[in-house]
Amino acid sequence: MPALRLAYRNVVGKGLRTWLNVAVLSLAYVLIIWHQGIFIGMLRHGSQAMIDYEVGGGQYWHRNYDPLDILSYDDAHGRIPAELSELISKGKATPILIRQAAIYPEARLHSVLLKGIDLSQTVLKIPSHHLKNDKEALPVLIGKRMAKRIAMKIDDYITIRWRDAKGTFDALEGKIVAIMDTPATAVDKGQLWVPLEALQKMVQLENEATLIVVGRDVVSIQDLPEWKFKEPDFLMRDIIEMVRGKRVGAAILYAVLLFLAMLAIFDTQVLAIFNRRKEIGTLMALGMSRGSVILLFTLEGAMNGILAMAVGAIYGIPLLVFTAQRGITLPEVTEEFGFAIPPKLFPFYSVGLIVGTVFIVSLTVTIVSFLPTRRILKMKPTDALRGKMS
Amino acid sequence: MILVKTRNLLKCYPMGLRKLTALKDINLEFQRGEFCGLIGPSGSGKTTLLNIIGSLDVPSQGSVTVLDKKIEELSHVEAARLRRNHIGFIFQTYNLLLLYTAYENVEFPLLLIEMPEAKRKKKVMDALDWLGIADKADSRPAQLSGGESQRVAVARAIVKLPQLVLADEPTANLDAENSFNILEMMVKLNREINTTFIFATHDEKVIRYLRRKIHLVDGQVVKDEIVNQERGNPCRH
Repeated sequence: MPALRLAYRNVVGKGLRTWLNVAVLSLAYVLIIWHQGIFIGMLRHGSQAMIDYEVGGGQYWHRNYDPLDILSYDDAHGRIPAELSELISKGKATPILIRQAAIYPEARLHSVLLKGIDLSQTVLKIPSHHLKNDKEALPVLIGKRMAKRIAMKIDDYITIRWRDAKGTFDALEGKIVAIMDTPATAVDKGQLWVPLEALQKMVQLENEATLIVVGRDVVSIQDLPEWKFKEPDFLMRDIIEMVRGKRVGAAILYAVLLFLAMLAIFDTQVLAIFNRRKEIGTLMALGMSRGSVILLFTLEGAMNGILAMAVGAIYGIPLLVFTAQRGITLPEVTEEFGFAIPPKLFPFYSVGLIVGTVFIVSLTVTIVSFLPTRRILKMKPTDALRGKMS
Repeated sequence: MILVKTRNLLKCYPMGLRKLTALKDINLEFQRGEFCGLIGPSGSGKTTLLNIIGSLDVPSQGSVTVLDKKIEELSHVEAARLRRNHIGFIFQTYNLLLLYTAYENVEFPLLLIEMPEAKRKKKVMDALDWLGIADKADSRPAQLSGGESQRVAVARAIVKLPQLVLADEPTANLDAENSFNILEMMVKLNREINTTFIFATHDEKVIRYLRRKIHLVDGQVVKDEIVNQERGNPCRH
């Protein structure tokens, strides 16, 4: 196809001008993929952390349990149903009992949630095995954010006060036996993890739970009379919505980068048509139709996009691989984001993201290359030969 | 064999509210193998007539037939095909493609007709050889002198062996020696491959070589004369 060959010659022949365009375009490719990869990585990491530490393969909620209504917690408990006991004994589900409590670190009152968890569970990544080994005080596991907030460290003692099932206040000393480093703030802030059996005894709710987390490998799930099953998607809807909200910002940056790339190409094409009027006239005189000249100019623009892809791959692939493997260290302020963000964020570049971005940018570049060339349709060869615009 | 025929050709351009008549009542015929020129001062309509014959422009009225094709009836694509396959152009300012080497410039018309590479290469080198610029094949136009550039332009015009070559002031930017060389080559081409040459010129150097001189004044043919083979012996047509 002569147009392709001629376009290639023109693109290569333009030398530095081509490379400047290609540099801007390749930057757009790499930045768009990199930036989108960060958000996908954030969503993946946040979702995975929630699944690992909180959601598992879904949760059975006691019918009175409403995580947004703290007053519901007193009544949100029930006997662990026989249907789930078997799963629990096989290690495929774990019950959690949730009760309100107060602690007094440094003589200040803090409202907390006491969460009882089975010591030997492996459904969640919460290191509950640490809760085994202390008889002199109630072993307590807290997250690092909670530890920072109440200024506690391992082996510190803390007074815990709660009300049992009958409304009677009671209190005892707890001992911090472990501090977990978890990206999931939902299992960290304002929470004390204690042995399930101990908590059941403390609040006189033996063999009862507020919710039961099932493992990810459990497939046959159905609602029970007192217990409603909540799917992982429902449990993670907040983080999905939050990341979706943040992706709006990412989409704006995407659009800005794409616009810059388009501007570079559009500007080049408009200038090229203006500067190359005489050449266009010569091409027509030599036998190219207007359509062929338009195709030639459009292909030149599109080739910039293809070259940019190649150049972007040369420096972009090592950069993307490096950040995907080493991660990006985040500042401490991101701890306050409200959902699981690790100290290092690992961007994730899916094939769909890369192919989709390359396709969208290439298509945009081709369209933007074509738009200014429509002026050629109005050009008279005789005017073009004299360097005039018709 | 008649290659080009014009009948009652009129060409007008809008000039504000008025119309400027560039060509009026042109009735000419050009035979195959002619070496002729449109002669006249600036603004006499030489280039306009050349452009219409070359299917770069269309008549306002009348008819122009080139190689049995009526120019006024051709679509843009058909006109481009006619130029691509049968017409070569030579311009005053060479109009070489600046990003291409001399070789690539000459190769360009052959690429457009999709000639196979081996044949194309031979034809290009033959044309460059023939014009004595084979050693400049890899040079870009910026590295060529005026004479060399015009030789490349001539090579580009004749490489596909067109039936008709239209040359618009081909020697206007050349010195006497280069003009002589270029014109000698054109005469040789005309004799050896019987290519029809039509010039638009007011350059005396060119006029002396013409075997037919068509004088244009204010868009009208005022004299059409055939010159004997022996130069400088014009006779009335």
